[in-house]
Amino acid sequence: MIDYLLTHPFIGALVALVSLALIFGAILGFAAVQFKVEGDPIVDQLDNLLPQTQCGQCSYPGCRPYAEAIANGDAINKCPPGGQATINAIADLLDVEAPTLDEEHGEESEVKTVAYIREDECIGCTKCIQACPMDAILGAAKQMHTVIADECTGCDLCVEPCPVDCIDMLPIETTLGDWHWQPPKLPQQQFENIIATDKQAVEDGAAA
Amino acid sequence: MTKIWSIPGGVHPEENKSQSLQLPLGEISLAEELVYPLNQHIGAPATAIVEVGEQVLAGQKIAEAKGMISASIHASTSGTITAIEDRTLPHPSGMSGECIVLTPDGKDSFAKFETCENYLALDHDQLVAKIREAGITGMGGAGFPTAVKLSPRANNPIDTLIINGTECEPYITADDTLMQTQADDIIKGTQLLAHMLGNPQRVVIGIEDNKPDAIKAVTAAAAGTAIEVVSFPTKYPSGGEKQLIQILTGKEVPSGQLPASIGIVLQNVGTTVAAYEAVRFGKPLIERITTVVGEALQTQRNIKVRLGTPINHVLAEHGFLPKNASRLIMGGPMMGFALENENVPVVKATNCILAPGKKEMAPPAPAQACIRCGMCAEACPASLLPQQMYWYAQAEDYEKLEAHNIKDCIECGACSFVCPSNIPLVQHYRAAKGTMRQQAIEKEKSDRSRLRFEFRQERIAKAEAEKEAKRVTRKKAAEAAKKKIEAQKASGETPAAGNDLVANAIASAKQTQASPEEQQAKLERAVSGAEGRIEKLQQRLSETEADDQKAKLTAQIKQAEVKLQDAKTKLANFSPTANDSNATATNSNTDANDPVAAAIARAQAKMTMAPDEKLRSNLESLNKRLQKAQDKLAAAKADNADTVDALQSGVDKLKEKIATTEKELAQLPTPVAEPPAPETTDAATAAIERAKAKAAAQASMSPEDKLRNQLTAMSTRIEKAQSKLVSAKADNADTVDALQMGLDKMFAKQQTLRDELRQLNPNAPELNDANVKAESDNNSAKNEQESSETPAPVKEPDAATAAIEKAKAKAAAQASMSPEEKLRDQVASLEKRLEKAQQRLSKAEAEDDENIDAFRAGVEKTRSKLEQTRAQLEES
Amino acid sequence: MAFMKISSPHATRSGNTGDVMKQVILACLPGLLALSYFFGPGSLMNVMLASATAVACEAAILKLRNRPIGFYLQDYSAVVTGVLLGLALPPYCPWWVVVVGTASAIILAKHLYGGMGYNPFNPAMVGYVILLISFPVEMTQWAAPLPALEEGQSLMSFSGALQQIWLGIPIDGYTGATPLDLFKQNDTLLVNDFYQAESLFATGHFAGAGWEWVNIGFLLGGLYLLWRNIFTWHAPISMLATMFVLSALFYDGGSSNSAGSPLLHLFSGATMLGAFFIATDPVSSAVSTKGRLIYGAGIGALVFLIRAWGNYPDAIAFAVLLMNFAAPFIDYYTLPRTYGHSNSRRATEKSE
Repeated sequence: MIDYLLTHPFIGALVALVSLALIFGAILGFAAVQFKVEGDPIVDQLDNLLPQTQCGQCSYPGCRPYAEAIANGDAINKCPPGGQATINAIADLLDVEAPTLDEEHGEESEVKTVAYIREDECIGCTKCIQACPMDAILGAAKQMHTVIADECTGCDLCVEPCPVDCIDMLPIETTLGDWHWQPPKLPQQQFENIIATDKQAVEDGAAA
Repeated sequence: MTKIWSIPGGVHPEENKSQSLQLPLGEISLAEELVYPLNQHIGAPATAIVEVGEQVLAGQKIAEAKGMISASIHASTSGTITAIEDRTLPHPSGMSGECIVLTPDGKDSFAKFETCENYLALDHDQLVAKIREAGITGMGGAGFPTAVKLSPRANNPIDTLIINGTECEPYITADDTLMQTQADDIIKGTQLLAHMLGNPQRVVIGIEDNKPDAIKAVTAAAAGTAIEVVSFPTKYPSGGEKQLIQILTGKEVPSGQLPASIGIVLQNVGTTVAAYEAVRFGKPLIERITTVVGEALQTQRNIKVRLGTPINHVLAEHGFLPKNASRLIMGGPMMGFALENENVPVVKATNCILAPGKKEMAPPAPAQACIRCGMCAEACPASLLPQQMYWYAQAEDYEKLEAHNIKDCIECGACSFVCPSNIPLVQHYRAAKGTMRQQAIEKEKSDRSRLRFEFRQERIAKAEAEKEAKRVTRKKAAEAAKKKIEAQKASGETPAAGNDLVANAIASAKQTQASPEEQQAKLERAVSGAEGRIEKLQQRLSETEADDQKAKLTAQIKQAEVKLQDAKTKLANFSPTANDSNATATNSNTDANDPVAAAIARAQAKMTMAPDEKLRSNLESLNKRLQKAQDKLAAAKADNADTVDALQSGVDKLKEKIATTEKELAQLPTPVAEPPAPETTDAATAAIERAKAKAAAQASMSPEDKLRNQLTAMSTRIEKAQSKLVSAKADNADTVDALQMGLDKMFAKQQTLRDELRQLNPNAPELNDANVKAESDNNSAKNEQESSETPAPVKEPDAATAAIEKAKAKAAAQASMSPEEKLRDQVASLEKRLEKAQQRLSKAEAEDDENIDAFRAGVEKTRSKLEQTRAQLEES
Repeated sequence: MAFMKISSPHATRSGNTGDVMKQVILACLPGLLALSYFFGPGSLMNVMLASATAVACEAAILKLRNRPIGFYLQDYSAVVTGVLLGLALPPYCPWWVVVVGTASAIILAKHLYGGMGYNPFNPAMVGYVILLISFPVEMTQWAAPLPALEEGQSLMSFSGALQQIWLGIPIDGYTGATPLDLFKQNDTLLVNDFYQAESLFATGHFAGAGWEWVNIGFLLGGLYLLWRNIFTWHAPISMLATMFVLSALFYDGGSSNSAGSPLLHLFSGATMLGAFFIATDPVSSAVSTKGRLIYGAGIGALVFLIRAWGNYPDAIAFAVLLMNFAAPFIDYYTLPRTYGHSNSRRATEKSE
């Protein structure tokens, strides 16, 4: 056998290569099974970054479907509630250039809002309850409804179905509890005649 | 000699302590108005327990602690509560918050305090209750409720009590003064606290060595007790809780934990005295020693001031010159916060009011670039890398900030103090920490949102699955029934037994159950029920007065009419005598169509019924709902067609569609409809409803409109059915025949409608256009049909329907043409139509079609119209 | 009335970045004096020309970047770069060498990276390396020190210096090799014999005539800065200690293959300048104390490696730039232990 292989180097090489391939294949296969890492699937990571308002402004029925869509190659700039911060975070995760928010899907609002039902006007139609993706509205048919403000994500979805327009989106006001200092101006922002790229940063940074 | 440890970093700012120590401890007059913010401590705000107009005495409780971490507030003089309102708070944000406003009556009469001589005999809980009752909070700056601190968890035995007399901030001498004047009280207070904490092994009072008088006084007072008085080198920020612990014990408080976790409790000397007075004399926290200092003041000294006194009153008493002041600071120059407004009160934690002159504290120089010189890192008492944290704070890289332990920054300001580039580092960290805190809250909320959303999705899915299960049960029952029928057929009971067509039709009509007789019985029962509902509907229509309201109802009824026509056919077919094979097939076929139709009908009925009372009270609301209902109807119609397909090609699809429709139904305002009754009955019921609805609507509609409406609706239906047929053929489904038969019926129906319309208005544009155009389409339809061995004319009306659309489009196009062109165009098309109509007529004649009269009339009409048009054209 | 609303601390220590930089410039004086005494006015002219170029370039770039020129010039960082580069360049090198080097330092190494505080590499060393690679001839001609001059020769006059710098008229007899150059070229003589043979060493004490004094000058300046707390001792001391240890290890008693005595390494070439003025550049070095120890040791080791076995006689610039590369990496592993934490963390670790 060995003599035969020695006299036929081509076959010998072939045998050697095939057996090597088999051995390494077995090792790799074993490693793949044995050391399998239960990685956080990309969809979960994306879903984690999205703001979970479930508002559907991205045209998907919720944040997770949009996360799945992103994982399948959809644009990452369709989430107005998350705004630029979310886009940047996703771009970071996917290692792509961060685009600006697609205004088609809505504008990023400066202030977070929470739904408020003017309870005198509520007729108890339950439409908002069905529209709320968070189950954050309490009420029963022909009974007054009210919003659990802590659970409301400010997604807006309850406003449109309301037949009597008694739902307002109220801005969440800063309280003593959540007030914090704004960052001071950066060194180059202390002067007026600054170049355009820096101006952007000035507008972003609040006056200190 | 006690061992002193050293702390890393630290700075030596100019002490500036002598200014305020030149004069003895002073007192100032009562202000005209005292303001007590309800939240002047860490934790939950207190709740006001007085009302506006109420008379209170000094020391009377005016706000009650709310929750565990909170502190009560007491009136600091007697007077009237004049307001409970939002006032500017002594807080870096400059925000407003609820405050109790007291107008003193000048008598300064005190409430009776409950003294207690033998306080050391009381147990821990009683003492804590007394301290809590007195509203004592930390007086060194943070304002943490003292009672909470003195109740450490049982699993954290306290072995060291540290009394903080460090006062490392420049300028402030309030504690120094207190130690000099009330050294005995401090010792008694310390003994009290030690007693409360179970007499820890080590009780130590730590004082920086820049306060020799205080050290002397306290050491003298402590003589003969187990209390150590330790002095150590002056360095800022030795007085920080964590730093002082490190200096006196060498231990570090683990990150994110309280000192109690390593068996240490630390109290400020001021707090100690306040706690002693509260227990011994029952005196609540209504006054404190505050340093009033700064070059913008004419008098600089320490004063004993009533809490709630507005700063501007304090400043006025000390000759404040606003134009000399560079800023106004509550607290020390290192950690105090700048006040935008001097109209805020002295609170429990106000240890200093600093009004520096313009030279004393110049406005901050513009920040230069960070050269990473590392002076900040050398100054940092927490061994952080401030230059790196600044870098990441600018880049908003919160992960890196976290990795650099920004949370362990005590914001002492040593880094900013030494920074040669004048970078306001602490503000960067505060902003970053605030943002991080906010992000953490948002993250938590979004996680919760996700859970809630997922749970909701699950719940909806579960509800649907339940409905689905019910449906499957019904379906099984239906199949059992069908088998029964087949068995009957096999035994020769049914005349049409063995007929393939019937068998096919029955196979497709999976929900058909029971014998035709039974069905009819059910139908009759349903009719009576439906009549009641219809009455309601009519009643409402008559009650409704607004025009737009009526329009909506009318529109709704129009929709119903289409179904009505359907139902009429069905009813006609459903006479027991008409139980020939053809009728059964049609019937089954239609029935198969009907679950959805029935659902829609029910939905319609419900929609008009349920919001009944509210509709009357709110018309606008009804309009919106109706609008929605119409939308849903339209969608459901589309589903209807799909259902036909699904039913014919596979049960699964049907299920899905019905589930969808059911879901829509479930979302309607009224309770979810009861599971559909046996389909045949329901369909019939719905049909009857529609019939009634039509009758009700007749008043508001011309017959012609009605017909036209029906025609359009019918044609849409046919169109859909046709496409199903085509796909069925493509799939070579065994349902083709049944489909074909259903279509056949529909076409017949449509033709009848068209004839009716023709009788009413021979010139109806749709009629003509449709009829003639339809023929052209028919040709192509025929071609298609050739391969399918189906009689060609069956397709005809459907094509005609499609033609209606085309004709309409054409009409629109014509509107933009010149009259002559239009006419010419018309003539041409009329000629074509005529030709086709004639062809059709001849075919109909050949096949002895039942519509032959209609065709003939159509040809006549077209011909006359053609002539008319030609005449017009010649004239023009 | 409304008062200013600013975050604490309200008190700050007097002094600013400009003051720090001025101290650094002041500390360069002893070294510059030594250079001028032993090598004539060449270095002084280099320093002046480089400083002027640096300030001009800085101002021009600031104008281009639309920054307030006056405000940023006040930090004196450009002057420091110019002074350091001027000190490092050979005396009497042509003016355009100085200008090109300084312009590269300010424009390429500093402002292209974002200006003051953002440059990952020491600008002066980048300028030096660019010159060394681009103009090796000009950069390796060093002047002969005063004690090593031939009989009758005196130090170059001002006018001669100006002629050579601006007109490129070479004056014979004034150029010579540096001690490290000579030492590198020697592979036949024992160190002791070699010291006897070369006038540069024969007229000096232990590290080459003039050079030892120049290094002592810079050492004095560095000690002054240490005393003024301008920088911490970690980087320079660590660098010098490493060099001392390595050269002691590889000094085989003076064979012809010897890498040179510790004294030679510490007091010749740009060792002291590098240790106290280049390695301490805070912008491009590691940040923590532990990190600076490693950073300094790295520079010391690299300098010795390149001097002993590399192609270049001196290696401060290369060593510093290489360690600049490594600085972020060092930072990553050398976060100090924060109060309340039992271990120090990695720079990317998440919360425990």
